[in-house]
Amino acid sequence: MDCKNKVALVTGAGKGIGRAACLALSRAQAKLVVSDVDVAAAQAVVDEIQSAGGEAMVLELDVRSEAQWQAGIETAVAAFGGLDVLVNNAGIAAISGIEEETLEGWRRTQEINSDAVFLGCRAAVAAMKANGGSIINVSSIEGIVGDPMLPAYNASKGAVRALTKSVALYCADRDYAIRVNSLHPGYVETPLVSGALAALPEAQAQEFAQRVVASIPMGRMARPEEIAGGIVFLASDAAAYMTGSELVMDGGYTAR
Amino acid sequence: MTGLLAQFSLAGKTAVVTGAAAGIGEATARVFAEAGADVMLTDIDGAKCETVAAQLTARGLSARSMTMDVCVESQWQQLQDALLQWTGKWDVLVNNAGIYIGGTIESNSTEQLQRIHDVNVASVFLGTRFAASAMKTGGQIGAGGSIINLSSIAGLIGVPGHGIYGASKGAVASFSRHAAIEFARFGYGVRVNSLHPGLIATEMGDKVFDDFVEIGLTATVQEAKDILEQQMIPCGRTGSVDDIANAALFLAADASSYVTGIELTVDGGFTAA
Repeated sequence: MDCKNKVALVTGAGKGIGRAACLALSRAQAKLVVSDVDVAAAQAVVDEIQSAGGEAMVLELDVRSEAQWQAGIETAVAAFGGLDVLVNNAGIAAISGIEEETLEGWRRTQEINSDAVFLGCRAAVAAMKANGGSIINVSSIEGIVGDPMLPAYNASKGAVRALTKSVALYCADRDYAIRVNSLHPGYVETPLVSGALAALPEAQAQEFAQRVVASIPMGRMARPEEIAGGIVFLASDAAAYMTGSELVMDGGYTAR
Repeated sequence: MTGLLAQFSLAGKTAVVTGAAAGIGEATARVFAEAGADVMLTDIDGAKCETVAAQLTARGLSARSMTMDVCVESQWQQLQDALLQWTGKWDVLVNNAGIYIGGTIESNSTEQLQRIHDVNVASVFLGTRFAASAMKTGGQIGAGGSIINLSSIAGLIGVPGHGIYGASKGAVASFSRHAAIEFARFGYGVRVNSLHPGLIATEMGDKVFDDFVEIGLTATVQEAKDILEQQMIPCGRTGSVDDIANAALFLAADASSYVTGIELTVDGGFTAA
């Protein structure tokens, strides 16, 4: 279950699931391209990898920018000699009912969570089609089931789920050895979740958090490291026959 | 092994794989043993199962074998007793033993339906019940665990000639989901997931080609292969037993500690289209 000699680019890698994925992929012997809009956070992850003896580089990447995707992948390929794994992880979440959600907020969520995954997949397919690879799109349980307070997030993650299958089938059709799968974490103790809660009035945040935890059959949120194991599995050759699949890691949330 | 790779290790864990004499079961037992588990291989064909276990122990891996009819309740008790005597542990169960009966729905008999449910569903029920009782917090062993039930993509989608087989595999998926939620809500520390292989290169997989001819869907076995591999499987090939064994390892190991109640599909894109 290792990723020896694989070059992996992770977006939104400065914190949360992205950071944990970088550390885990590095322990599995991949070379990491740690990308984020927050360069300082990405640098801290690179430092952590390097001090443990791994190979990693920082890439400043705003996933919304077509030009930055192109330049970023070129930089990664030039530095490490190729690209084998892309983890489209960058994302945002805002808690809001449909009646309060603004068009601006809706568009911002789609732009980062959904449009950017399209840009990342397109750029990675071009870079990987000669030698193959694995694309892991981080969707969410909220791409499978609904939440009354996450209309924009639900829609953006559902788009990632369906896009993943389309890209998987496209690559299979053209005999590109590129596997494309979606990962569906449940609630994870990350800045994305705590940040979304912090943006709410305290009573409302508490109510949301209590409702969520009560809905998780395992009775707790995940730690980011627990999601990273699924990313390493999908990145590795152990998942050689998996494409177009959904890997759900949610403590039983969607099975109930 | 340290850090994340430790998340994929089964060192110190005792695992049971049923139907381990051949195919996916044999590969799963091998991959688990290589990951450091003490593996109990069971099969109705005890001699063949013993040979597989002997091949593992000859490589310095830890394995034992037992003749077992997974449909017989008392034999699950015997299995549990054997584990208690051997390592005193039971951390992982792979309910892999199963049969395939093809044919059109119009040609299938109620006896065939009964038979396939006895082997494919009753065995999963019995195995899950025995394993959960032993593994659960406060149970005889009590260290928690992971139960992996082999379903199939035929438990998710429709395929000609797969009516009764698909019904049995759909039952496995549904039962696994219920078990996962029940055990999680009771705080057992026992995860349950179903694994859904697509068409895998095994003796059982080959029967699917033969069955396509038998039910008149194609004229030859070669034509059946061409249709399945080139038209129905997006990536254009059948999977290997190791592809499934590796997915089982992920579900067995701590790497999937937050995973319960899922359907893990490993099918070369079959059900994505």
